[in-house]
Amino acid sequence: MSNKRKAVALISGGLDSLLAAKVIQEQGVHVEGINFFTGFCVEGHTHAIRKKDKAKPKRNNALWVAEQLNMKLHIVDVIEEYKSVLLNPKHGYGANMNPCLDCKVFMVAKAKQWIEENDFDFIITGEVVGQRPMSQRKDTMPVISRESGADDLLLRPLCAKNLPETLPEHEGWVNRDELFDFSGRTRKPQMALADQYGFEDYATPAGGCCFLTDKSYSVKLVDLWKYRGSKEYELDDIMLLKVGRHIRPGGNYKLIVAREEGESRFLQGYKKGFTWLQVTSHGGPLTLVEGEITEADLPLAARLVARFSQGRDADKVSVECVRDGEVTTLDVKPMPAHEIPAEWYV
Amino acid sequence: MSKIALDLRGLLCPLPVIRVQDKIKTLQQGDELEVTCTDPGVMHDIPTWCRINGHSVLASRSSDYEFILNLQVGGSDGD
Repeated sequence: MSNKRKAVALISGGLDSLLAAKVIQEQGVHVEGINFFTGFCVEGHTHAIRKKDKAKPKRNNALWVAEQLNMKLHIVDVIEEYKSVLLNPKHGYGANMNPCLDCKVFMVAKAKQWIEENDFDFIITGEVVGQRPMSQRKDTMPVISRESGADDLLLRPLCAKNLPETLPEHEGWVNRDELFDFSGRTRKPQMALADQYGFEDYATPAGGCCFLTDKSYSVKLVDLWKYRGSKEYELDDIMLLKVGRHIRPGGNYKLIVAREEGESRFLQGYKKGFTWLQVTSHGGPLTLVEGEITEADLPLAARLVARFSQGRDADKVSVECVRDGEVTTLDVKPMPAHEIPAEWYV
Repeated sequence: MSKIALDLRGLLCPLPVIRVQDKIKTLQQGDELEVTCTDPGVMHDIPTWCRINGHSVLASRSSDYEFILNLQVGGSDGD
């Protein structure tokens, strides 16, 4: 029976997790990757949706890393479980709606569960002391080990020498002397190590794919919760926050106006569940209505939609509105751009 | 050996990869899976996932808006 030790590496697709897994592979440990999909890692979605970007879709960096390391990658859908992390973060949010510390605790705890179920020995992350303002500080890294339940089964190869010895080091499964003492926000040591291993074309250093760190995305998410009157969300809600112009003329509804043909095509898939508007006299984008639009709101909504059509300068534009299967056609004068209050744009 | 079709239209990556991964866990070596997607990213993400997990892409084709891959479950213990 082989006594080769087995580790699972949290793979984000960035440089640090690539290096952390490689360092441990080099010590003869069998490493497999794990990647958690929260629903908010959507950096490639704009490319997937927009017509002009379809010819150059973004690669999945976690898969790319796994292939570079010739290791398996397990991608785990945690969309439902992640809601409790986002809605009630024990340690609060970062600069935007990013609950980074709670997120890392959650992911390491999931990895701990995974190694127990799959008979692996320990967990690796690419964390570096002092690299991130919330989750990768000297005082918060022990919090992740402790609150995840991983304790000394969590090894951070890139900065292990700055931290207390873990079980894999203590037991000699890995050699602590061959681990690193990286710290701070500089990326130079990682880039030098990548060069040493011959890695090129890795994801932009310090890049992240989580849209909860994005200010405009977070504003849209908070707006959604505020006007819905609850912090509940489904995957479709968070996908739609990435698509189109979001315009809120009233508290009871918001318009999601496609910005180009690819977005219109994507929104077509949502027509069944939404009230929608479409200019029929001219070319124009599909618009979904999020919320409960009333009969009295329709003329204003139609004027807004007409403004984004090819009939924006016409005296009269026909707009079809489909609500609960009922079709209403309105002839309206498009609203001039300067009459749309800036605060309506979410 | 069975042949199964999976409709993943409307899903954006990595969800198509996750759905393929979860479906293949239920299949046997040699089984074939045809997946239909609308995210062009599947044309490299699903083949990459297959390569690192020991499965094969038998064929792939695309039209303007749909991307279809025919996969075969490999003999490794990949999931």
